[in-house]
This record gives sequence, structure tokens and C-alpha cells, in this order.
Amino acid sequence: MLFVKNGPKDNLVVRGARVLDPLEGVDVQIDVRIDQGVIAELGSSLPVNGHRALDGSGLVLAPAFVDPHVHLRTPGREDEETIASGTQAAAAGGYCAILAMPNTDPVVDSAAVLGALIEQAHSQAEVAVGFLAAISKGQHGAELTEMGELAEEGAVGFTDDGRPVVAPALMWRALQYASVTDRPLAVHCEDPTLSRGGHMHEGQVSAELGIGGWPSIAESVMVERDLALAEYENRSLHLMHLSARESVDALRRAQAAGIRATAEVTPHHLVLTDEAVRSLDPNVKMNPPLGADDDRKALVEALRDGTISSVATDHAPHARHEKEVPFEAAPFGVTGLETAFSALYTHLVEPALISLETLLERMSAGPSRAYGLEAPRIAVGAPANLVLLDTQASWQVAEDGFRSRSKNSWLIGEKLRGRVRATVAAGRLVHES
Amino acid sequence: MGDLHVMRDDLRPPAPPPKRHLISIADLSRDDVERLLGTARTFERSMEREMKKLPTLRGRLVINVFYESSTRTSSSFELAAKRLSADTMSIKASGSAVDKGESLKDTAITLGAYDPDVIVLRHPQIGAPQLVARVTDARIVNAGDGKHQHPTQALLDLYTIQEQFGRIEGLHVAIVGDVLHSRVARSNIQALTLLGARVTLVGPPPLLPRGIEAMGCETTTDIGAIAAADVVYVLRMQQERMQEGANYVPSLREYTARWGVTPERLRPGQKVMHPGPMNRGVEIDPRVADAADALIETQVRAGLVVRMAVLYDLLTTGPKPVVAQVPMEVA
Repeated sequence: MLFVKNGPKDNLVVRGARVLDPLEGVDVQIDVRIDQGVIAELGSSLPVNGHRALDGSGLVLAPAFVDPHVHLRTPGREDEETIASGTQAAAAGGYCAILAMPNTDPVVDSAAVLGALIEQAHSQAEVAVGFLAAISKGQHGAELTEMGELAEEGAVGFTDDGRPVVAPALMWRALQYASVTDRPLAVHCEDPTLSRGGHMHEGQVSAELGIGGWPSIAESVMVERDLALAEYENRSLHLMHLSARESVDALRRAQAAGIRATAEVTPHHLVLTDEAVRSLDPNVKMNPPLGADDDRKALVEALRDGTISSVATDHAPHARHEKEVPFEAAPFGVTGLETAFSALYTHLVEPALISLETLLERMSAGPSRAYGLEAPRIAVGAPANLVLLDTQASWQVAEDGFRSRSKNSWLIGEKLRGRVRATVAAGRLVHES
Repeated sequence: MGDLHVMRDDLRPPAPPPKRHLISIADLSRDDVERLLGTARTFERSMEREMKKLPTLRGRLVINVFYESSTRTSSSFELAAKRLSADTMSIKASGSAVDKGESLKDTAITLGAYDPDVIVLRHPQIGAPQLVARVTDARIVNAGDGKHQHPTQALLDLYTIQEQFGRIEGLHVAIVGDVLHSRVARSNIQALTLLGARVTLVGPPPLLPRGIEAMGCETTTDIGAIAAADVVYVLRMQQERMQEGANYVPSLREYTARWGVTPERLRPGQKVMHPGPMNRGVEIDPRVADAADALIETQVRAGLVVRMAVLYDLLTTGPKPVVAQVPMEVA
């Protein structure tokens, strides 16, 4: 279900790093040897033996990250991102695998479109890519896609992301029918009649600025509905990019009641609030919008305690001219692949809101579990999917430093702590800095 | 070329003061507001002379760019610039180009090529003035950006109240109607509270934005509350908000019955203001609009001198940044 560029695997030795794998319970300074892309040995003072040596002293070696929510804009908007540029950006951000959303042009709603993407991934993808297919044809919310055939072709799961599944009956049928594919359904929760005309979170800031408000209940009533449907059908469900305290409360109640729901949250919703919109910078305009500070705090707490299992960037590239407009005219979405770890290390780990171990788990094993993928791990015999992190480094985010074709980052000019020094994805060294 | 050009620190001209704009009342201090109102008063006296033109801004260029329709704001800015002897140009964007952000940037760059001293901008979206400020060297006066701000309207309203009552501090102003969609209301809440007035917003619940109390005002849905105010400020009930399915109010008829400002709901002598254009018989009873206690025409007169004061203040108190610096050549 994951596809990556074909090519020779690397022989590497990472020396002297603090090896930290929360899943395996490993936290020790040790060398790691990789033979032909597979972890072959963990031990002290391992000989190099002609392998490429990476100096890990003072660095943390962890399982590489998995991003469950990326917009690769291909097919249709290759000026904004391609499989090649998006996976290079992912490599630079420490990711070994990413999941691409189907809201492209054309929509990924047929085996033919999906097959063409898989073929491109085989020739272009620096890190492994999985593709989600649409729930409804054309994402129009009327007819189900041919989920059986799409799953056989290699779809990781199904979503109409970018749009909600508006009709309850269609969502109900999707939950029923997707069970034959054994692939998860992921939902973008938004009631469009409540969010209509909204460009930012409804609250004190929108009241003052006069920008159309988007109430948090536009998300949470849909979360409640979809959880009720999932409970009725006894099916699992993945909730995408949660942003509201009310949604977190609903998810927590549902999980306590035994409903199999997972969820993801973005770095920007964990770090920023609607106060950021006072800048009127279109790079803080996203869907769902940035919430109030009690929303942000609820999301951080849910990520910490595991109610929300995954960090997702919702990397959404946009062309410069589309974002260089007044706030209300700008499209929703920001990039995130290349800054996610540093942003969360700076704003969550350094202030001790969550531990480094928890962050690493939520960026790797958590999202893998949500989609039934094998989690990256540091163990002999496992494929090498590793990230080498410098937690001491300080750097300034600059527009010209991005591998992504788009520069619509909310972090341009920001000073961050923690930097990805190297990424090994599917046994290949795909990034060094 | 190839010579090394450096400048000795002691020869470097002092850093130019930051270029000033008038985008939001939030950018102003109480001192700024009082200075502007004082300047407007001076201009008002000069307008009483037979020869009304002042040479103050001769050789300056003021461009009015209006992406939305306007009568009083555009005409009063144009006349204000002319009374100060500035050259003026007025650009009206066609309705179809309004939502194309690209065209705003490109229009701004094009107009910027004429080196205007001031661009007066009205645009249906918040952030448009900042975007124009980024791509031109002109000072920007916001003549209305979406539902966000209309600072010169608030300044002329303060001027009108000040002239009427001799003060603003301690007065109670009730703002009635569609606050949600009103840039006039937002600028006035900030301006009135900045000068120490008490502000109460009155209207139907869907038109009172959630959280607006954080701006330092009170809210109520009870029209009876206007009787306690010194000034009743009536907002336009915008017909375009009455689209089917919007459901801000069930009907204009019901709005008028519950929130229309009528003589019966006012105390004798209560002053009434309206930013215009009025919908007589909807938000304001014609008898109220035409009564001696209505300050509506006074507001329009105040608009001219206040806008003269704004142009004068931006162009004389804050000099344009010096860009031509002659470097010293070192062998």
C-alpha cells in the first residue's frame, strides 16, 4: 500500500547517537548498522566495514516520521507540488512515509487515476507514499466510489478530505461498505451550513476584525454525528485535523464508550490560536481555522494523553499568487512537512508540555497504527526508517530553504529549535543537512 | 563599478520615521485622535472664508481607489484633497474585478508608479490596505475594508459628537442594528471607548457578533435600552444581508417592528446619528431622520474637514522616508 522509488538500498553505520524508540522501549547510546537498507546490528563501536558512516554524537536517532495527511496536488496542480517535490520535502522533515489526499484534479476516485499515481511514485517518491481514495465519486457527496477495486489497486484508505461527507446516509453507507475493503475511513468533519461564510474561528478576534466567523460547532457536531454512525455500525473511524475543544471532548467520550476512533492534529493547531489572524497573513488561514487558546490547550492535552494519536501536517501547498491576496480572498491551507518536528519541539517539548518520547510516538507509531501500517522501529531485521535529530540546533525558517514547490508556511522568519539532520526512508539515505 | 562603497556611521542620515497610514482606529492613541480633531476644527474655520482653497498640499498626489460603491466617502475625500490643493485621481474598480486579489496587487503597483503621496482605498476585504501598503510607497488611508474598519467615519462621528456636546468622555452611545456586518460599528466602538465614552450595542442576536464585548462595550437585544443613551447611532440595515436562507432576521418588517428607531422609542432631545445611506422606514423612522435632533447632515459636513485633517496630518507630521542616500566613496 506504500510506494517508493525503486533503487539500491544503502549500507550505513550511525555512530554514537542516542537511539530512542518509544515503541521498542529503547533509549541508549549505541551504534546502528544498516545492511542493504535493513537494520542489521545494534552495538557499541561497530566497525564501519566500507559502510557510509554518519556521526550521531550529540544527536537523537529515532524511528522516522509518518505523516497521515499530505496534499501532493498531483494530478492537476503540479505547479504547487509534485510527488517528487513533496516527498523531498517530506525527507527534509524527517518523514519516511506520507499519505496523500485524493482531492486532486481529477479526484482520485477510480483505479485508473490511482494506478497512474502509483506508477509515478515508483519513479519519483523519495519516501514511501500511500494514497487515499475518495469516498464519493468526484467528492460530490452523492455516489460511493468503487472501494473494492480501489483497495485492490492499493488505496490506503478512503476520505473526501477537503470536504465533509455532508449527507448522513452517504456516510452511513460508506461505513457499511468500506468494511469489505478492510481499509479505514477518514473524515474531514465540517457542517457546511454552519461554516458557510467563515474565514476564521468565531470568537473575540473575528468579532473585532469583522472577518466571517466559523463556529467550532461546525466541526464538533459533525464529529458527534460520525462517531454515532461508527458506533451504530461498530466500525472504526479516523478523524482528521481536529481543531476544537468540543471535538476533543466528544472523541474522549466515544473512546471511553468503546468506539474505535482515532484522530490527528496539526502542528499549527497545537501552536497557534486565532490571535495569529490579527496579522491578516493568509499563511495563517487554514481549514479548519485556528481556534481559541482553550481549543489549543485541549488539543495539546489530548495529544499528550493519547486521545489524539497522531500528528498530521495537513501540508497544503498553494501558489504564491493565490496567497498574495487579502485574507478573505485567500485559499485555506499551509505547508508543514519541513517544519513539523522543529515547530513542535520548540513549542511543546522545550516548554515541557509533552515529552520528546511522546512527540516521537505521535509522529510515527501513532499515525501508522491509525492506518494499519507497520510502524517504523529500530530493531534488528526491520527496514531502516530512521531520523537523526539535533535537539540543540537553532535555525530560522526561510522561504528559500524549502524543498516544497510552495512557500506558504506559517513559520517563515521564525526561529526554531531542533532540526532534522538526516533521514533514512525505506533503506535509503534521502536527506542530510 | 566594483569600487567599495561604504558610509560612515556619523554621516548616515537619521533613520526616517516609519511611514504612517490610517488603517484602523486601533493604530491611534488618544493624543492622535485629539490632534486630528483639533486640526479638523482649524480647517472648519477656514471653510467659513469665501476663498476655501488652502495651498497646504500643493504638488501632492492623492489617489482614491474605490472597489465598492460610495457617495459621501469618495466625494468628501476628493473634495478634501482639492481644498488642500493636492492633485487627485479617482479610480473606480468594476464590480467584476473586486474579488480578484491579483488585480488588487497589480492595480496597486500600477498606481504606485505615479508616486502618489496618499492612496485612499475602499475594498470589500480586510487586509487590502496592508497589501497596498506593502507594494507601494504611498501612505494608505482606509476608506472601508470589508466589515473591518472605516476609521475616517469614526473620526467624523467623534468630531460631530464633540461639537454637539463639547466632550466625548462620559457620554453614553447606543449603536443600533446590524453590528455583525458593520465596519462603522467596529471603528466607532474603538474610537468612542478610546475617548472614554460608554458604548451599548443593540440589535437582534444573530447580528451581535459573539465575543464583541471584549472590545469594551455592552450588548443587549432590548431596543428599550436606547432611551438611556445620550446619542443613538443607527446602523444601516443592509438589504443584501437579507438573502434567502441567511436568517439573520425573519423579515425586514419584523426587524423594523422590534428594532426600528422611532420617535416613540426616543427621549425628547436625544441626538440621533446615521452613517448613511439610510433606509428610511426600515432602521430609522423618517420622522427621526428629519427631526432637528438628527445630526446626520452635520456628520456629512464633518466628513470633509476631518478628511482634510487626516490628509494633512499624514503628509505633514510624518515625512516620507528618505531613500536617496549618497554613499561616500572610499578609495
